[in-house]
Amino acid sequence: MRVMAAGLLALALAGAAWAGSRAPVLDAPRGEKCVEDAATMRRSHMDFLRHQRDETVHRGIRGARHSLAGCIECHANAKDGAVLGSPSHFCQGCHAYAAVKLDCFECHASRTRAAQAGRQARSP
Amino acid sequence: MNPIDTSRRAFLGRTAAFAGVALAPGVLLYEFAAAREAGQEASAAVRWGMLVDTTRCASGCTACVDACNAEHGVPKASRPTDAQWIRKVELKDLRTGAVRSAPVMCQHCAEPPCVDVCPTGASFKRADGIVLVDRHTCIGCRYCMMACPYKARSFVHEPTTGQKTDTPRGKGCVESCNLCVHRVDRGEKPACVDACSAAGHRAIVFGDLNDPSSEIALRVRSVATSQLRADLRTDNGVRYQGL
Amino acid sequence: MAARPALAHSAPAWPTGPAPRGFTALAAAGAVVLALAVGAAHYMEERGHVVTGMGNEVVWGLPHVFAIFLIVAASGALNVASVGSVFGVAAYKRRAALSALLALALLVGGLLVLVLDLGRPERLVVAATHYNFRSIFAWNMILYNGFLAIVAGYVWVNLERRFASLATPVGILAFVWRIVLTTGTGSIFGFLVARQGYASGLVAPLFLAMSLAWGLAVFLLVQGALARWHGAPVPEAFRLRLRRLLGVFVATVAYLTAVLHLTNLYWAKQAAFERFILVDGTPYAFLFWAGWAGLGTAVPLVLVFHPRLRGPRATAMAALAVIAGAFAQLYVFIIGGQAFPLEIFPGYAASSDFRDGAIAPYVPSIPEALLGLGGLALSYLIVLAGARLFDVVAREGEAPCTDEAG
Repeated sequence: MRVMAAGLLALALAGAAWAGSRAPVLDAPRGEKCVEDAATMRRSHMDFLRHQRDETVHRGIRGARHSLAGCIECHANAKDGAVLGSPSHFCQGCHAYAAVKLDCFECHASRTRAAQAGRQARSP
Repeated sequence: MNPIDTSRRAFLGRTAAFAGVALAPGVLLYEFAAAREAGQEASAAVRWGMLVDTTRCASGCTACVDACNAEHGVPKASRPTDAQWIRKVELKDLRTGAVRSAPVMCQHCAEPPCVDVCPTGASFKRADGIVLVDRHTCIGCRYCMMACPYKARSFVHEPTTGQKTDTPRGKGCVESCNLCVHRVDRGEKPACVDACSAAGHRAIVFGDLNDPSSEIALRVRSVATSQLRADLRTDNGVRYQGL
Repeated sequence: MAARPALAHSAPAWPTGPAPRGFTALAAAGAVVLALAVGAAHYMEERGHVVTGMGNEVVWGLPHVFAIFLIVAASGALNVASVGSVFGVAAYKRRAALSALLALALLVGGLLVLVLDLGRPERLVVAATHYNFRSIFAWNMILYNGFLAIVAGYVWVNLERRFASLATPVGILAFVWRIVLTTGTGSIFGFLVARQGYASGLVAPLFLAMSLAWGLAVFLLVQGALARWHGAPVPEAFRLRLRRLLGVFVATVAYLTAVLHLTNLYWAKQAAFERFILVDGTPYAFLFWAGWAGLGTAVPLVLVFHPRLRGPRATAMAALAVIAGAFAQLYVFIIGGQAFPLEIFPGYAASSDFRDGAIAPYVPSIPEALLGLGGLALSYLIVLAGARLFDVVAREGEAPCTDEAG
């Protein structure tokens, strides 16, 4: 029993180490820094977005800090202006690694406005 | 205490304070065709409306429809399952034979049946009168489509691609004309209004019905206009002239 | 009353002994249909509703026909139990548990179809946590879940000897609740001011009458099948009583439907719609007259009231005919009501690229049919399992499960 527990623990630690070494390499965003720091964003970006979407849709508040369109403008791939498409694209890479289903883009545009219009994909 | 919780609370507090400060002047000012500042919410002092002059609407012209499709990334409709937010209706008076043409879209009722029936409250009326679908809450039951007297709502029957940033739309939710709410919030007019003007007909006027000095308010005070199915007392924001 | 006779219902009702013959095959058949339905629902969800026959005019199609039938019949299936508990009639009390089980099973089957037909069924949690209390649909969600809880409780107090005294109060609660529920289901349509086929205060009582007829028809079929299966035939007198009741309920449905249509015919503004439903709509006029009026009303009335047709087979056929008529009536009501174009410009003939002024086409698709049948299959499986696990088949010569009032 104890041997089994120890074996499982070893397996879990090995798995975590292996996963850590395969953390996704994501597209570099533009600008100096994000609207929040990375640790905060990793934990809470979904909550920020969920709150902001109600503010924008129901109360008509525009130009807020936690706007999804704002995220995409900075974090999109410099060449194709997208946040989905490959394991290095910003949203897809992290969500695939964390195995969290991403359903924002069933409805929301996953590319910058410029990319949609066929212009240069993203400002440098 | 978890440091993340503290910063989230601080954020919420800041947003609430900001919104509170932004609210006060917004409620007092009329917002006729002026962009709202960032962070300011839609105001109940405004009531957005449209006036369609059917005597100027050209039979066979689809400028408004094409502009709407382009603005929102809605493909041109051909099948019964394709969405259409605005359409041109050709009308023939059964008694007199008179022929008219008119665009029909969501009427942005003040008493919207679609808002009454939505089980989750996804179909709602914004403070400034624009009737919208909150697609985060829509479960796709289509009850609002049963309830709408104007066939304004469409259901998205297949996965969408190439969405526009300002118009998220996806499979399984219901949608309809949103009075180009993203343009209105920037101080612009809906795409159909601009397209009709650009095509030379100027059949659609847009503005604040609550502002007595706006073009639309002056027009509806001076000429006879009607609402579609006025007998239903839904008090539509879209009015028609010449029907 | 001196000593109480031993009650077969007093023991905890776990299955003992071998299953009745054919149980595995029957269960497997139901499971296969249910699996096909779930597969069809998954297909519809992955590809979108474009794979169905529904469009932007007919938004509620064949799955809703099945779902509404099951939900309305569920409320009516409780009628036998209500007559037993609320009105204290002993013969009905014996069958209270079966009646309640059937009500539960039918409602769950109907809800399955309804939920899987949603555009976003994964948002059921959203539906359960966001309520717009102006919406009769939201109220219905509360009523359906409450019904499940109350009826489950009712089954329990009917089977557990020590809670026997609670059977009457819970029965009354269930009775009132189901009237409210059926009124709510009818009002989903009745409240729609925009639709010529629905906007009427008469729709809610019509649904109540339909629930009584359809619920009893299903109950008769299930009771008969279980009785044959367990070798405990339904006593003649009781069966004839229910058969006569079925006739009364069918006649009530016919009366309310007739009043609804006659009133519409009297109003000039409804004339075109009535013409569509009763004369030229395809296939609605045919389904109305041949399906509902003929097979669903005239045939059962003859089978029920003819003095020479008193056998159990005639009763079963009457029940089947009522159910066939129910589907026809719902198809005409739900789909026909949507296929007729909205009158947005009274006095004008309208035409557009969005099919204004045109009758909407609708052809049911296979995924929709499979989904609907899946609801039936789930109800069937629940009844099968319940009859196997619990002692719901009444045997004659026994005192009823609950204490008699006097």
